Amino acid sequence: MNGRFLRGGYLADALAQVGAAGLFFFSILGALPKSLRYVRETVRQVWFVGAMSLVIIMTCGLFVGMVLALQLYHTLSIFGGTEALGTVVALSLLRELGPVVTALLFAGRAGTSITAEIGLMRATDQLAAMEMMAVDPIAYVIAPRFLAGVIAMPLLACVFNALGIFGGHLVGVTWLGIDNGTFWGNMTANVDLWDDVVNGVWKSLAFGAVVTLIGVFQGYTTPPTSEGVAYATTRTVVFSSIVVLALDFVLTAFLM
Amino acid sequence: MTQRRSYAVGTGLFIVLGFAALAYLATQTTSVANYRQGDSYAVKARFGNVGQLKLRAPVKIAGVRIGSVASVQLEPEKLDALVTLSIDKRFHEIPDDSSAVIFTSGLLGDQYVGIQPGGSPEMLKDGDELILTQSALQLEDLIGKFLVNGSGDANKKPAPTQGTTKPAGGA
Repeated sequence: MNGRFLRGGYLADALAQVGAAGLFFFSILGALPKSLRYVRETVRQVWFVGAMSLVIIMTCGLFVGMVLALQLYHTLSIFGGTEALGTVVALSLLRELGPVVTALLFAGRAGTSITAEIGLMRATDQLAAMEMMAVDPIAYVIAPRFLAGVIAMPLLACVFNALGIFGGHLVGVTWLGIDNGTFWGNMTANVDLWDDVVNGVWKSLAFGAVVTLIGVFQGYTTPPTSEGVAYATTRTVVFSSIVVLALDFVLTAFLM
Repeated sequence: MTQRRSYAVGTGLFIVLGFAALAYLATQTTSVANYRQGDSYAVKARFGNVGQLKLRAPVKIAGVRIGSVASVQLEPEKLDALVTLSIDKRFHEIPDDSSAVIFTSGLLGDQYVGIQPGGSPEMLKDGDELILTQSALQLEDLIGKFLVNGSGDANKKPAPTQGTTKPAGGA
């Protein structure tokens, strides 16, 4: 009716969504043992969300590393510290940019397709048909996709980081003429396996779980219309991006 | 069926590639290859002030890394810092009258422990203590000293870092 009522309604809706997503997460966890019967489906999903995302991840990783080296070279040369380029490129990628940018790309590349696919299954009553055939759609459709996202995301982030460091090396050493030994030596002296590399892997695991959860949840709960699927796909990207960036702050604060 | 096989092969390739990237990052961008090259032995040293010496800071002789700092603790009775150095077993022929000095790499870089070899025929063993030590050079003290001397009233304030070489263990 009036504005106050509407706002209250939106807030209640948002809270209900968060609550429903949380409950959905637990029902996926509960269905994971049952979904082990559908290993083939999980493998197919890892192929779909992981291997098919490799090209975009590798291209973006290369360019992010290259532009990072260019920008940092400019800044570091002001302070006369260009020999720290390798360290700064590697640390920025491993600790921050690798997991975050990969998660954002992953939401755009894989999260949307998961939402659209499940949403269309919902709209065309395929999920209802599975239930009638006594196949649990959470175990057969949702859990393999969730698992595949959690598996694929850290691997994609590692590929992104490796290509990014290669791109940084390309620009820093081959183009801008920083000594090769200085580049790698400073990097290895200052990058720590557990504090930096493994830290980034933890982050990307968490991002993979969150992005895929949002993707499957939006698809599963979409209104069964073409408009509903369109909105759900948009919401997947918007919510994933917000949650990834917010969670990144929280995780960084905890893992530091 | 062939389609299924190609999925499986592609997925396998993807996972192998991902782990290869992780292995590359773990070995090439970190100094993990420099850690744990064989066994090590522990040597203690007391310092009046360790400055910003951190755990795992390098221990060097003639600029070459031979080990790392295993722990930094406060000695409760003497109120000086007890630093345990973990030195690679390959470098076992270090005279026991060598001295340990805390250096800074570069003007503002990280601090490390440099060992200056002595001339004793006895070599350091596990659990030995380096008697001759020299504390970290504090940039603040240095600047303070410089300012005080520059303004000409050096007697009013005692120079903060004097006699940093001290026989801490004996006496």
